[in-house]
Amino acid sequence: MKNNNKRTVIILLIIAAVIIIVPLVVLKGAQFGGSDDAGSKMVSQVNNGSYTPWFTPVIEKLTGGTLPSEMETLLFCIQTAIGTAIIFFFLGRFYERKKLARAKIAETKKKRESNDSSR
Amino acid sequence: MTATRKERLTISISAALAFAFGIVPTASAMHIMEGYLPPVHCIVWGVVCVPFLIAGYISLKKTLNRDRKLITILAMAGAFIFVISSLKIPSVTGSCSHMTGTGLGAILFGPSSVSILGIIVLLFQAILLAHGGLTTLGANTFSMAIAGPFVAYGIYRLALALKGNKKVAIFLAATIGDVFTYCVTSFQLAIAYPSEVGGVMASFLKFLGVFAPTQLPLAVVEGILTVVIVFGLESYAKPEMISLGFMKRRNDEETMEETAIAEMEACDEE
Repeated sequence: MKNNNKRTVIILLIIAAVIIIVPLVVLKGAQFGGSDDAGSKMVSQVNNGSYTPWFTPVIEKLTGGTLPSEMETLLFCIQTAIGTAIIFFFLGRFYERKKLARAKIAETKKKRESNDSSR
Repeated sequence: MTATRKERLTISISAALAFAFGIVPTASAMHIMEGYLPPVHCIVWGVVCVPFLIAGYISLKKTLNRDRKLITILAMAGAFIFVISSLKIPSVTGSCSHMTGTGLGAILFGPSSVSILGIIVLLFQAILLAHGGLTTLGANTFSMAIAGPFVAYGIYRLALALKGNKKVAIFLAATIGDVFTYCVTSFQLAIAYPSEVGGVMASFLKFLGVFAPTQLPLAVVEGILTVVIVFGLESYAKPEMISLGFMKRRNDEETMEETAIAEMEACDEE
């Protein structure tokens, strides 16, 4: 990666981190509940205060109740881990591949030059 | 565009499958919680998704038939959605939400292809995480894996046509696509639950009021992350990016690099 691009990437990542961290620091004591849940609350509100979902999530049926929050965290972590593994496995391969290609080009150039001079 | 026999067969199978998903109210999705949409809405949104999924399947197959090695980039685009949509991120409103990550795939593979990637993620989350739901799969697929990517792709093309900077175009596409996903979710909830005073419109604004302020900063983060990953792909996966029509060869050195990589890969296969 060119130095220029490296710098841009680092700056962008810092900006992203700041956007995420600032609300945590500024809004002390906020609940940070999910906005999907907030949406569900809105549904109850629109329906005069009560709404019963007509279908329960499969996993809640299997485990007989709400998924324990620790387990939910585990599953989310697994999801993130799978995705990250795929992205960086391939990015690592591409990185190495580029290096090898460069080396190969340099080698062919050298060979050609030595052939030229010996002729 | 003529379809081969095999293609036609796969279309019919995928159509049947997609139709089954849309009809059977035990299919699931992402942002709208399980059981929170009336059955008729679940079915309608599911059916609406079918043509997009078929188009996505064909488009993906075409791309991969043309250049098999693009499957790595496709896997990365899918993994990007996987990662990005699993992260719950705090926002200025004091609640959490997550990003969609669909902009990257839309820009690289076209918007319809993302519907396939998106529905896989949504199924995983619905079945294993009780996040979204099988009954709301159609509605959530439409908002996250169809509407968002199409808007993202449109914005990207528009920005390029206006001779904008490519990185800025990607940023805007991913950001606006993310926000639009939540606008569609609000609309889906609003037509299911119009408020007594003011009807669908009032209800839409109410739902949007819940989602939009939370989502805006996250959309910006998504735009940034999409640009970052594109930087990585542009510098290390040049042959693939050129094959996707995302980059153009600029000089001899790049052509040499491509040939060298092709030769190395040919050796690997033997």
